[in-house]
Amino acid sequence: MDVLALSRLQFAVTAMFHFIFVPLTLGLSWLVAFMEWRYVRTGDVQYLRMTKFWGKLFLINFALGVVTGIAMEFQFGMNWAEYSRYVGDIFGAPLAIEATLAFFLESTFIGVWIFGWNRISKRLHAVSITIVAFATNLSALWILFANGWQQHPVGYVLKNGRAEMVDFMALLTNPNGISKFLHTTVSGYVIAAFFVMGISAWHILKKSELPVFKKSFRYAAVFGLAATLAVALTGDMEGVNVSKTQPAKLAAMEAHWETQKSAPITLFAVPDPDNERNLVEFVKLPYLLSLMGYHDPNAEVKGLKAFPREDRPPVTPVFASFRLMVGLGSLFILIAAIAVFLSWKERIESSPLFLKLMVLMIPLPYIAAWLGWMVAEIGRQPWIVYGLLRTSEGVSKNVDLAQVIGSLAGFTVLYGALAAVDIYLIVKFAKKGPDANTDSIVKMTRA
Amino acid sequence: MEFQILWFILWGVLWAVYFMLDGFDFGISILQPFIAKNDAERRLILNSIGPVWDGNEVWLITAGGATFAAFPTTYAVMFSSLYTPLLLILFALIIRGVSIEFRSKGDSPAWKSAWDKAFVIGSFLPALLFGVAFGNIFKGLPFDADGYHGTLFSLLNPYGLLTGVLFVMLFAVHGALWLTVRTKGDLAERAAGTAKKLWPVLAVIAVAFLVFTAFATKLYDNYLSYPFLAPIPVLAVASLLAAGYFVFTGKTLRAFVASCLTILMVTFTGVAGLYPNLLPSSIDPKFSYTIFNSSSSPYTLTIMTVVALVFVPIVILYQAWSYKVFSDQISTDDIAKDEDAY
Repeated sequence: MDVLALSRLQFAVTAMFHFIFVPLTLGLSWLVAFMEWRYVRTGDVQYLRMTKFWGKLFLINFALGVVTGIAMEFQFGMNWAEYSRYVGDIFGAPLAIEATLAFFLESTFIGVWIFGWNRISKRLHAVSITIVAFATNLSALWILFANGWQQHPVGYVLKNGRAEMVDFMALLTNPNGISKFLHTTVSGYVIAAFFVMGISAWHILKKSELPVFKKSFRYAAVFGLAATLAVALTGDMEGVNVSKTQPAKLAAMEAHWETQKSAPITLFAVPDPDNERNLVEFVKLPYLLSLMGYHDPNAEVKGLKAFPREDRPPVTPVFASFRLMVGLGSLFILIAAIAVFLSWKERIESSPLFLKLMVLMIPLPYIAAWLGWMVAEIGRQPWIVYGLLRTSEGVSKNVDLAQVIGSLAGFTVLYGALAAVDIYLIVKFAKKGPDANTDSIVKMTRA
Repeated sequence: MEFQILWFILWGVLWAVYFMLDGFDFGISILQPFIAKNDAERRLILNSIGPVWDGNEVWLITAGGATFAAFPTTYAVMFSSLYTPLLLILFALIIRGVSIEFRSKGDSPAWKSAWDKAFVIGSFLPALLFGVAFGNIFKGLPFDADGYHGTLFSLLNPYGLLTGVLFVMLFAVHGALWLTVRTKGDLAERAAGTAKKLWPVLAVIAVAFLVFTAFATKLYDNYLSYPFLAPIPVLAVASLLAAGYFVFTGKTLRAFVASCLTILMVTFTGVAGLYPNLLPSSIDPKFSYTIFNSSSSPYTLTIMTVVALVFVPIVILYQAWSYKVFSDQISTDDIAKDEDAY
């Protein structure tokens, strides 16, 4: 392994670790805000206890999202200096704007929310968590504009030996950025919905705090069903954008070798990249690939062979991740629909098997989100900026192997330890349930 | 005014405000093992910054982001050349951040003491290393046409270390004064005593730094060439003296304000002295990265200027509001009663 391979591995490790915490924040912030607004509107203490219970889990998760985010910003300069120098004129702007517009809001109002219970009015307190929810989603928008630009560079010219921004609006209207933002945030909402449903299911099974957890379950089920459907819709947008702007990625997602019209989707295959074919193929669904990529059953879809070998992404991981992601996404729609149905028919308590399943489901949306990022980022290879700069050209020149080995080892050990502590704390407080003593909370929110 | 100069000023302001704000977070943490007598006081220290530390840290992220957006070449060279020290700062800040959130989530003394250690190390290390890094930037780094020729150990030269110690002492005094302003009771009184003990030490180190700077760096050249900049170092010295005066006369709030001003002005003194460099080369000035040869295009700087001029004042307004919400003096009793406290 060289500096390039290790730097890529390090970015993958740190980004995926960061992306354990971020998507839950994106969705859970809205749910907690909703619960608190119910409390403000009704004055019902039950909603306050819900807010505080889910809020505590939110905060444990939020802390790790914040601190692991700094590692991402630093790494562009540390490990990807050539990239930063070459595209900083256009790529740096959304990062700086993200910090200025979103991070300040998020971090200031989270402090107000945690410590402000008896200092500001109930309404202003609920406004604070709403601002946090808005700001975390706003930060996703800006960082995904940046990522969207890597996927499909727009609004720049090559000048002075680098890419220089000439059209800021092109960056903001980049369809790849917009669909990435929508698809990523709603997948975060799915994670949050299944997180809340899973933990609620555990308590409902134990018959503990039934009113709180049945209500939590219902909110999350409705939120989750809407989000899973939105994931499918925005995933379709992504598919269309990929086929237009990243045809080699589309071909890799489908292990599609030969350029053809009316291209089918192959459900299962074992790609053989060395010989430019698939060893085994099962279940071909005619027209579907043309339909997915171009919304036209007769459209021509370029095969991998249409691209020089050095411009093709690794086929097998992209193909496999895409399939698993779509399979999981479809499963989530089904499960969320059942959850809404059982919740609506008041049959959730009498469905212990389904509740057990919901507990086990908690990690799956996380895995689906990871798989999605693997499709997006491995599928982008060999480019760090699609068609413009190769990943191998972006790595720092003045960083040596020992430094990257040291940093990767450090991140692995530190993040491993933090993951253990985080899971321990989430499980501990999830099991503990809402605080029993409501009087003290009510007194505190007298304002 | 040219956009590069405007962004140079803004760059300096972002770092200065970051040091002023996260400075007291670091300071109280560095002092924690020396002035907290029991668990209640350790909690009080932590909770004094509980609502604000996260917002303070964002000034660093914004300073980093602004370097990237406005001076991408400097960002690339600075972050890759200072790889190992930045990595250590990063690890420390990660540990510091989670220690604040996680300490109160367990009950055993071992759990608390482990996070206390993380809190102290995670604050001391960045305070020292930011100083070392800036000291070396003031001095110049060994760049030539082939790139950077230094190591972590070449950064630990006497001037770099002195700047590191200066930062630690500035933040320690700043932190002690923060505790006198934000807390009440025994701890606040002890913190006032600590400020009295530390201020003379800080003053000696500051004098040593000012003298050493004349030999180790070219920072003062700018003040000779552009006399209108002279008020900056003068204000740095004056506010440090004012902080000392107020420390010894017991006017702690004024002392804290003076300490804020000291940190701002010390940072500005260094930054203004660097102009037009962002990363001077110690080998030959022709290899230096300046605000002119490493900046973004005028178009990008225009966009970023609009964003900064509109949103930074808004940020300052709501952060100031949050400081006002949490401006009362808290005691160990208040913390014991508050179930949301860390």
